Amino acid sequence: MKSRRRREQVITALCTVFAVVILVALLFPTYWMVQTSFRVGREINAFPPVWFPREVTLSSYVKLFGSPHEEASLPFREYFRNSFLVAVLSGFFSIVLGTLAGYAFSRFEFRGKRNLFLSVILMRAIPGLALGLPLLVLFKRVQLVNTLSGLILTYTMLNTPFVIWLMEGFFADIPAELSEAALIDGCSRWRALWRVDIPLAAPGISASAIFSFLLSWNEFAIALILTRTPASRTLPVGLFDFVGEFFIDWGGMCAAGTIILIPVVVLTFFIQRWMVRGLTFGAIK
Amino acid sequence: MRMRGERYFPYVLILPSVVGTFLLIVFPLVYSFFLSLTSFHLLKAQSLRFIGFHNYWEVLHDPAFWVALKNSLLFMVVVVNVELVLGLLVALLLNRASGGQGILRTLFMIPMMFPPILVGLQFRWFFNDQFGLLNNVLLSLGIIDRPIGWLVRTNTAMPAVMFADIWQNTPFTAVVFLAGLLSLPIEPLEAALVDGASPWQRFRYVILPMLRPLILIAMTIRSLDAGRKAFDLIMLMTGGGPAYATEILGTYTFRRAIVDYQFAYGAAISFIDMVLTVGFAVYLYRQLLKGRV
Repeated sequence: MKSRRRREQVITALCTVFAVVILVALLFPTYWMVQTSFRVGREINAFPPVWFPREVTLSSYVKLFGSPHEEASLPFREYFRNSFLVAVLSGFFSIVLGTLAGYAFSRFEFRGKRNLFLSVILMRAIPGLALGLPLLVLFKRVQLVNTLSGLILTYTMLNTPFVIWLMEGFFADIPAELSEAALIDGCSRWRALWRVDIPLAAPGISASAIFSFLLSWNEFAIALILTRTPASRTLPVGLFDFVGEFFIDWGGMCAAGTIILIPVVVLTFFIQRWMVRGLTFGAIK
Repeated sequence: MRMRGERYFPYVLILPSVVGTFLLIVFPLVYSFFLSLTSFHLLKAQSLRFIGFHNYWEVLHDPAFWVALKNSLLFMVVVVNVELVLGLLVALLLNRASGGQGILRTLFMIPMMFPPILVGLQFRWFFNDQFGLLNNVLLSLGIIDRPIGWLVRTNTAMPAVMFADIWQNTPFTAVVFLAGLLSLPIEPLEAALVDGASPWQRFRYVILPMLRPLILIAMTIRSLDAGRKAFDLIMLMTGGGPAYATEILGTYTFRRAIVDYQFAYGAAISFIDMVLTVGFAVYLYRQLLKGRV
């Protein structure tokens, strides 16, 4: 019996070591990108590779955002502002729409309800370009091409089905008796939703908001087609500013990548509890 | 509950979502199909002639389209299968590792929410022919004596792009399977132990069948995301090149519709792409429902 427990311990230790090795390999490309962004030119191109930077510089970031003494040479302040506004506002609108509809799907019976999961899956299956192409033509007519409003509208509706599905699950976790008690006390349906169910679903709402923010923050295909100038271009599309015909500014590109990365990593920590649920559209709780 | 308007309450709740979806998703897709039946050209927007299914006929006789379709399918089949197998191995490993449910699991989740464009950046840098880490290390160790252009050679570009996708998405399948392993009922495993089943037998005949629904879900989601994510990744890593080696339906649509301004032709390709993906989604969904019963 004792030797068997011993063996179990050894297996656990071996598995832990393996897991850590895989983890290091997994996170290494990201480390490499981040550290490239802080390097001086000759260390970026050093041979053999320099594993830990010996000299650290912020010059790549100054190129993107400028400093008190220097103008930025690329419009990354604008890209950052655009990405941020678009992600926050489309996240907000899809939360409003998705929470209302999710509540309906969770608490009421009506026609067409059963096809919800299918429609969410189908929505995720639509290639970005298939939607981006007609939107380019339609938005041209109503002057929405190359505007933040155009992107916000599009992302709101792309994210809403996903939020509906998540919120449906979060509302299902809250006993319906609570809002029914409020109804008996004379509350209207709206008041019961606003005063009872929405506060109780607050953790779910914030998780959905973060997912929705990240979906917009990460979106590339549609932004590539609909944005033309720094007036509306977002960070993912801005990455292509570094790709010249013969030369790529790796320091600058990695700095821009690091900027994109920061909110992703921070927010991922906040939603890790809901990660599986979110990425499987609530199919796994 | 007998309030006036009660019957309409759920419809009021879903109305904004339904209207928005029709205006910004359904209508544009229908409009796109209409445009694909015309001669619409981005630089000659005025000359719009209805030409029926001519564009589709052209697409079906376009060798580059078939290359892109083949590459799309190859990409999806390879990455999804590798991610499922590797994900299962990593999940089993994490399940046994101490801390596999806590901090290790959280750290594994980091790449999952990365924008594919960022993964593309990391690996374009990693595979770079002049200063990329891979060539640099191989040269330093003396394994190769001159740099290899991983992303500019036709036979290595596709595997490199697949590698980047597998890097990003294996953690997703692993975390899904780990959630499954953690919620497995203990009794069947104990029964198998009592009956003297070997570790392999326990895995093959007890654990694997119980994970089946999760494998189907992970497979469905990955298969449907594959094309969308691959577009971002490939646009940044290779742009579909060299010589169509990594051209998939998405990048080929972009090339024709936007780069070459042949909008209607691109719309036809993207419509075919969408019908294939959505059709596959419905098929997988049916399989998923069958598995539930």
